[in-house]
Amino acid sequence: MNTSNNLLYLILIPLLSSAILLLLGRKIDRYGHLIGTLASACSFVIAVVEFFAMKSRDVTQRAVTQKLFEWISVGDFKVDATLLLDQLSICFVLLITGVGTLIHIYSIAYMSHDRDRRRFFAYLNLFIAAMLLLVLGDSYLNLYVGWEGVGLASYLLIGFWNQKPEYATAAKKAFVANRIGDFGLSIAVMLMFANFGTVTFSGVANHAESASRSALTAIGLMLLLAACGKSAQFPLQSWLGDAMAGPTPVSALIHAATMVTAGVYLIARSNFIFDVAPTAQMMVMIIGAITLLFGAIVGMAKDDIKKALAASTMSQIGYMILATGLGPVGYAFAIMHLLTHGFFKAGMFLGAGSVMHGMHDEVNMRKYGGIGKFMPLTFVTFGLGYLAIIGVPPFAGFYSKDKIIETALNHEGSAGLIFGSLALIGAAITAFYMSRVMLMTFFGNERWTNRADEPHEAPFLMAAPMVVLALGSICTGFLFTRGESLVNWLRPVVNPAGEQHLVEHYSATSISIAAITAVLIGVAFAAIKYLKQVPNIAPDNVSVFTKFARKDLLQDEFNNAVLVKPGQSLVKTLLNFDYIVIDGLVRLVGALSLDAGQTLRKLQTGYVRSYALLMILGVTALIFTIWLVTL
Amino acid sequence: MNIANYLYLSALLFTIGSIGVVLRRNSIVVFMCIELMLNAANLAFVTFSRINGNLDGQVVAFFTMVVAACEVVVGLAIIVTIFRSRRSASVDDASLLNR
Amino acid sequence: MSILTVMMLICVIGAGMLFFIPTAKTVLVKQISLAISILVALIGIYLVGSLDKTQSGMQFVEIRNWIPTFGINYSVGVDGISAVLILMSVLLVPIVLLATWNESENGRWSVRTFQILVLILEVFMIGVFAATDLFLFYVFFEAMLIPVYFLIAGYGSGERAAAAVKFLLYSLFGGLLMLAAIIGTYVIAGNQIGKTFDIEKLSTLQIDQTTQNLLFLGFFLAFAIKAPLWPFHTWLPDAARSATTGTSVLLVGVLDKVGTYGMIKFCLKLFPEASRYFTPWIIGLALVSIIYGAIVAIGQKDIRGLIAFTSISHFGFITMGIFAMTTQGMSGANLYMFNHAFSTAALFLIAGWMIARRKSANIADFGGLQRVTPVMAWSFFIAGLSSLALPGLASFVSEFLVLVGTFTRYPVAAVIGTIGIILAALYILIPVQRALHGQTLKSNENLSDLDIRERVAIAPVILLIILLGLFPKPILDLINPAAKTVITSNGFSDPVSKVKK
Repeated sequence: MNTSNNLLYLILIPLLSSAILLLLGRKIDRYGHLIGTLASACSFVIAVVEFFAMKSRDVTQRAVTQKLFEWISVGDFKVDATLLLDQLSICFVLLITGVGTLIHIYSIAYMSHDRDRRRFFAYLNLFIAAMLLLVLGDSYLNLYVGWEGVGLASYLLIGFWNQKPEYATAAKKAFVANRIGDFGLSIAVMLMFANFGTVTFSGVANHAESASRSALTAIGLMLLLAACGKSAQFPLQSWLGDAMAGPTPVSALIHAATMVTAGVYLIARSNFIFDVAPTAQMMVMIIGAITLLFGAIVGMAKDDIKKALAASTMSQIGYMILATGLGPVGYAFAIMHLLTHGFFKAGMFLGAGSVMHGMHDEVNMRKYGGIGKFMPLTFVTFGLGYLAIIGVPPFAGFYSKDKIIETALNHEGSAGLIFGSLALIGAAITAFYMSRVMLMTFFGNERWTNRADEPHEAPFLMAAPMVVLALGSICTGFLFTRGESLVNWLRPVVNPAGEQHLVEHYSATSISIAAITAVLIGVAFAAIKYLKQVPNIAPDNVSVFTKFARKDLLQDEFNNAVLVKPGQSLVKTLLNFDYIVIDGLVRLVGALSLDAGQTLRKLQTGYVRSYALLMILGVTALIFTIWLVTL
Repeated sequence: MNIANYLYLSALLFTIGSIGVVLRRNSIVVFMCIELMLNAANLAFVTFSRINGNLDGQVVAFFTMVVAACEVVVGLAIIVTIFRSRRSASVDDASLLNR
Repeated sequence: MSILTVMMLICVIGAGMLFFIPTAKTVLVKQISLAISILVALIGIYLVGSLDKTQSGMQFVEIRNWIPTFGINYSVGVDGISAVLILMSVLLVPIVLLATWNESENGRWSVRTFQILVLILEVFMIGVFAATDLFLFYVFFEAMLIPVYFLIAGYGSGERAAAAVKFLLYSLFGGLLMLAAIIGTYVIAGNQIGKTFDIEKLSTLQIDQTTQNLLFLGFFLAFAIKAPLWPFHTWLPDAARSATTGTSVLLVGVLDKVGTYGMIKFCLKLFPEASRYFTPWIIGLALVSIIYGAIVAIGQKDIRGLIAFTSISHFGFITMGIFAMTTQGMSGANLYMFNHAFSTAALFLIAGWMIARRKSANIADFGGLQRVTPVMAWSFFIAGLSSLALPGLASFVSEFLVLVGTFTRYPVAAVIGTIGIILAALYILIPVQRALHGQTLKSNENLSDLDIRERVAIAPVILLIILLGLFPKPILDLINPAAKTVITSNGFSDPVSKVKK
């Protein structure tokens, strides 16, 4: 395999920049953000260079590695810090550094009034470094370092304004939910070592088929648990909505475009496990389908623009996870949707940020309305993202989502039909709730109260990234599917056997028509409901269904009842147990000795004659005993 | 005369002495009772010496006398010191341990 | 003379020198003891650096007759495991002395006494890890209690006397059980190979299973109390709450390691069959410690109590790694001992500074420190992250090795132990949120950040935590041969991966 010496710099530059920004402190407040942006841009340049270098090589020679040092070596457990850049990871590297750099630029303006802007950029750089490590590690343990690294960065960024207690709580919640996923990843790595004696991707891939079915299923399910935690999939989804507490650029970069898609990367990367573990693969599809509907339903009821987008992210990742469950043909489409989603969702989040910027940080869409004419550029870029996400041809989302629905419907057995139909329903709901967001924000009556200063358009530094991402929302889908370029590009990694669908139950054209019909239905419903006057406080006389959806389908209530409350009472019980029973026993022994001492002390009266009497009695008793014994 | 009577006398003296030690409060009297017990022991030693026909008991009796003499010296000194500081010869008043 | 003896002698001479300096010259006293501890630390680094990594036996050996009638020798020597622990001890002492520069001034006795006690304690800490004679080990093991007792009782806060007595009696109880077991072993040795306390020779004894079990329990209880393992742990939170920060660091960082070190060096080495017999029970106790310690830590209100309970959880991991009997588990456990010392030291030291500034140890009294005292808050945060075993920081490597090593032999135990990593996130992030995040309370607005001395003291610890997370190799290379020897001499070998079979 080829080696390259540049991979380290991809990670090292943003990492060093982050360290510099944190260590030098307030001294570099004035230009700290420039250092951060430059570091991210440098990584992007390296990524582009590496991409073209890779493209110019022969298909079999494309992957490159770089061994950094021997990390852990105990007995058979040997893990080197080695980086691997192949066709799959380069997609991510370009997305992370590319979108990352755009969001750095956006943040310069967006965070310009924050006294801690430098710290913000330090965290962003830390995130970029960790995320790059995640996708560049050549073994599951290296991936794990990045995996938790992005969790840390996400924690720091969600809690960036942690002076608000609920923001700090949201950060903690995200980290703990992620940790539950990490539990799965840890167990998966242990299972791999116990079964294969190695934890590198290539090593596991070589031995995967020879392992027992049950072990492979267990590994697959544990990896899925990890993916659920990181990618906010059912049942670990509840943190993502709260994670919107972070500044909006963070939501765009971490909680839309990159980090939350790490679960998709993990499953696609572990294709060699899932392809031989059908049970696990079926679970992947089920989880994906549940989440795509869950997110979509929640998205229909949210009035907070960021939370509506977060629900949408959850749903779209559901699509990706569903696609990864469809087997070798699905991985490439999952990655394609991931990339297009990265563009249009990041673009929409930045648009939402721009709206908030113009509306004094208001996030409630019921307080928006008719903003389109005040912020034309935001309107257009957001609108392009909107067209992409609901899947209107020829925008990016159409190509990628259509491919997933098509692959699902053509999947063998009744599962294909079920999951395909669910994906179609999801597409209709997506169209509905995204149209709702669009209509409530940019159309209709103006519902904001402070008429004195009307919404203003974003400054150039914020507008430029939005434009670039909007361009991406337009053309990436077309680029990726032209001549099946992305599928062919990824094939050596995710589908080395070159499998195709054997049967085509439905033709591609009919599926496209069905998908477009679903979208039209969704849009039409939204138009009927939200083109008229929208009340500026959420109405109470709504169906039970809506109430459930507003409460995120009771996910927090469920978690509280099943995990948090029993957990808290367990903590209390054990605290009391520790004090009363365990320490109580220790104290009891102490108290008994003290009491014994107190009792015996009474004999020491201080009167000589009582001592004398005791002595006499003692001697008498002694003599009496001797007499008894000798009797 | 039955030689056992000496032993009875010795036991009687010892009992009187010990009762005195336990019951009396005046330290001088307690002291004298201790002397009485020592002498009772001496009498027993001498008697046994006579019974066994060797001199061991007599030797011990002399030894006891020396000890008793030393004891008088030290004991009286203590009593006098206590009396000086407390204006009392009662043994109960010298109790400091009791709370 | 062995370099180990030299290290101990330097500390003794240093303590002796301090004795002749007037009590009033506190700064001079502190400077001298700091200089001596740094000197010893440098020798310690040299010791580890010059250790021959290719061989697994004892090095720097010195044997002198001490009480020939009973076959007792002054014999010291180190292998990889003990060398690393000695390095850990001698590195911690100067850090503690510098970090708690002013702590000794409000005690019952003088600053000079404090410094003398610390240096004497350092002698015993080196000795206990270096001793290769069972009796010598016992002497150091018990002698360590004395300076710690006086450090808690004389310089602590709150119910210091009660905590010190609890600590002392608890440890003495364990120590006496061990003494009985030592005498038992000695008598058996007298019958089989002649009077000796030499550990190598004792490990060749043929002891029947029942006797072995009893002797094993005598040793193990002493070490379980020392470590401390559930349910023998309640002295630790009390001691940690009452002792000065520096004492807590040495107590949890070094003294408790003697417990887990003893399990490796004595329980496993002298009584392999009994170890095998008790392994399921001990793994069970370790698991309870991991989960129980973590859950009780979550509910702690006092920040020092919290750190103490997290340590109980961590000692569960170490014990589990030791008794998993795989090279990964054993090396991981030893590395864990080393790493835990520094991440806990950092937590205790910073908690101590926080308490000294706020005059309260209650977590709820802090809040928003990140904005007022960023350096202190960040140091605490990084130490906390290491404690929750974030990959890239030191504890992760050791914790993962322990888990992976346990998994290959006892998968269920490893899975339950892994739940500990979720709980770890809670017990670190809850206090982080309460103390560092949120609104800055009025009462905390004027707290001062770390000064130069404190920064100099904490920087090497933080640096070590990060460096060892990325390059654990230097320490692992020292530990690996010795750990492998322990495994093979107990008749175990690593389970082979299923595919390779």
